[in-house]
Amino acid sequence: MMDGSRRSFLKIGGLSVLGLSGVRVWNVFAATQEAGHEAAAEAAGALQWAMVVDMKKCWDYQEKQPCTDCMTACHGIHNVPEIADPKREIKWLWTDLYQHAFPTEGHEYPPAEAKGKPFLLLCNHCSNPPCVRVCPTQATFKRPEDGVVMMDFHRCIGCRYCMAGCPYGSRSFNWQDPRPFIKELNMQFPTRTKGVVEKCNFCAERLAKNLYPACVEVCKAKALTFGNLGDPTSPVRELLKQHYTIRRKNELGTGPNVYYIV
Amino acid sequence: MKIYDANKIIPGLLILVGLFTFPFLYNIGGAAPAPKPELPKEQKTCVQSLAFMKAGHMQLLNDWRDQVVRQANRVYVGLDGKEFNPSLQNTCMECHTSKVKFCDQCHNYAGVTPYCWDCHIAPKENQ
Repeated sequence: MMDGSRRSFLKIGGLSVLGLSGVRVWNVFAATQEAGHEAAAEAAGALQWAMVVDMKKCWDYQEKQPCTDCMTACHGIHNVPEIADPKREIKWLWTDLYQHAFPTEGHEYPPAEAKGKPFLLLCNHCSNPPCVRVCPTQATFKRPEDGVVMMDFHRCIGCRYCMAGCPYGSRSFNWQDPRPFIKELNMQFPTRTKGVVEKCNFCAERLAKNLYPACVEVCKAKALTFGNLGDPTSPVRELLKQHYTIRRKNELGTGPNVYYIV
Repeated sequence: MKIYDANKIIPGLLILVGLFTFPFLYNIGGAAPAPKPELPKEQKTCVQSLAFMKAGHMQLLNDWRDQVVRQANRVYVGLDGKEFNPSLQNTCMECHTSKVKFCDQCHNYAGVTPYCWDCHIAPKENQ
């Protein structure tokens, strides 16, 4: 009698635990399914600015004459200081060699036309930006409206976690007051101050006025294309459809939104 | 009652009291003149009423900052439904063309040093 009741107690107890945990498991799976659907739906229509850089066009143009229009324009309108010391330099838009920009791309015998050639580099405005994730003050954030990875310099405390987090070297720290290093101030745009990090803002201030980023606008070789990645008819998506493109350090899962045609 | 070393203690106390009250005694009668920020001559109205701006311009600037940087909203509806570009450098300083004659007047008087100008560029006069 005693044994029987214990046996039935254990049976009922076991079944209840199973049933209750089953509900929880069901809830978890149901939730992930829904979230997945939402994310997919959002990605289809959402505004995500992106850029396609056609390096061939750039190099072809450069063969005729050296050109730094995009960098000059960008650094000019954004009051980016010109500091020669590579440990202190500030970069929004810059160039580096293929093997540095794409260290994980391919093998040690890259095509002759890519090897040793400068690639135009900028903030990738990642879909899954590590700099945003590590920022302790949310000074860096991904703007939900258009996917621009923005900085609120007022909030930046200069901890440089974002610089450690960014795998692209897109962020620069102001070790000193940048003003003495700015040749000509653009009175319409602020400078930065000592102790904050800065980077490309995809010309958020121009996008607000329905203008393309300055680098895209001034490029004489028409090597830069800007558009909405979420819109299948956008010029960016057209280019991605027509060409084989690469992204910097794709395998890290940051989802960079700057594409390169080589 | 006898104070030991009174010849040292009493002058010492007098010097102490004198030192501590000196700033107050020195400034008796002469109050610092009230600040007179220079208002723009061309424009008669600001983005909000004078009373609001006097008391709350710092809060307004904070709100503008959050609105522009974090919410990507570059339209501010001010007095009488007029729309403005919420920008210190491009909107405020367009009318208030002098930081020295406007901002600094009250800020110096109140002894506050807002760090707006560490990044935002003040009108040309200061460079």
